[in-house]
Amino acid sequence: MEKYVNIPMNREVASSLRAGDYVHLTGTMYAARDAAHKRMQEALAEGKALPINPDNNVIYYMGPSPARDSRPVGSAGPTTSSRMDKYAPALLDLGLKGMIGKGKRSIAVKDAIVRNGAVYFAAVGGAGALLSRTITSSQVIAYDDLGTEAIRRLEVQDFPVIVVMDSEGNDLYETAVLQYNKEN
Amino acid sequence: MRSIDLKNITRNVKEMCIEANYYLSEDMNDALASALDNEEAQLGRQILEQLQENLVIAGSDMIPICQDTGMAVIFIEIGQEVHFEGGFLEDAIQEGVRQGYQDGYLRKSVVRDPIYRENTKDNTPAVIYYDIVPGEGVTITVAPKGFGSENMSRIFMLKPSDGLEGVKNAVITAVKDAGPNACPPMVIGVGIGGTFEKCALLAKRALTRTVNTHSNIPYVRELEEELLDKINKTGIGPGGLGGTNTALAVNINTYPTHIAGLPVAVNICCHVNRHVTRKI
Repeated sequence: MEKYVNIPMNREVASSLRAGDYVHLTGTMYAARDAAHKRMQEALAEGKALPINPDNNVIYYMGPSPARDSRPVGSAGPTTSSRMDKYAPALLDLGLKGMIGKGKRSIAVKDAIVRNGAVYFAAVGGAGALLSRTITSSQVIAYDDLGTEAIRRLEVQDFPVIVVMDSEGNDLYETAVLQYNKEN
Repeated sequence: MRSIDLKNITRNVKEMCIEANYYLSEDMNDALASALDNEEAQLGRQILEQLQENLVIAGSDMIPICQDTGMAVIFIEIGQEVHFEGGFLEDAIQEGVRQGYQDGYLRKSVVRDPIYRENTKDNTPAVIYYDIVPGEGVTITVAPKGFGSENMSRIFMLKPSDGLEGVKNAVITAVKDAGPNACPPMVIGVGIGGTFEKCALLAKRALTRTVNTHSNIPYVRELEEELLDKINKTGIGPGGLGGTNTALAVNINTYPTHIAGLPVAVNICCHVNRHVTRKI
């Protein structure tokens, strides 16, 4: 189904989304990838506050190319999510409702999605120029020294994603591939 | 003997880094268009349409096709009658990469040390391969490589008795394990033979061959066609979300090998298979 969702979103909204839904996201999300996740994990281990409150928020696994002229951001497509698998369950347990990336997730992440009524979206990998157009504002809010890996607050308008994993434990990567498998 | 000013090398490398990241080569554009024509999955077609639109926006708005503008891989074939003037060749190439990534608004994705991971902030160093060839020409290929797909690449040290079936299984295994992570529809570069590192290099070089050409060794050509067909029957599809276009091409290079071995390398590239070649 095609759906329009405002973010941040609560558990009720996140858990209503189903694997296979084509969703247009509008609102505020946070970009963070490998190095930022590592620092957030270290902060949690030391009992320090995170630079963002995960509760009801959406994290986009993305490190943009530099912005040209007066544009908010450069090319801005998803990176491979599995590198964040180690860090995602703790953030989901702190209320994170959505993750946007590409590629498979671990069982631990799937379990944390189900446990917390959250959702995992895929954006189309390698469509960074197209996705850039839906980002209306980008501001570095933490870990500036990490360059492209800094945490950014993004404002998005109709950012296109597909639900891959939902709160019922469905996984579109598994089911859709079987549908078109023609081996044997 | 021909003299070439290294400033000329720097300027060309700079321009090629930028060109590769904003404009896909014609063979790749054609392959993506024909994928859209024959894709059976509705979501798959939708994704392929987004990729077409993405290519148009990249060129018109000057936004890189993909935010992962890669680690620059450079092949340079140098005629043995050539003499370079004005410094050291490698410095000139690295300077070209530095200028291209800075002036071209390309992402700086290279870290100085693989463990301590401090960003070099100018995307250097590039990975450079030199070949000495006859004559007085210089041919440079710049192939920025994204790591979503690079991370899914594999090497298999097969036994000679594994034969052709073993090679096929290795390639299919690598593609299935890559799945959605490698941003399908992919381009598959395969190296067969040589030594451990030669085999990987054959696979990397295979990715720089246009996707509408085949090996001129008859059995290798057949293998390229058969593997592409098999890969497209896995159902992985565009974005890994199901469909009939999982790969756009399988390019295979072979080399003599040892009596005891059958190395196979599978270098996976996403649909943004970037490579620009110039003769200097």
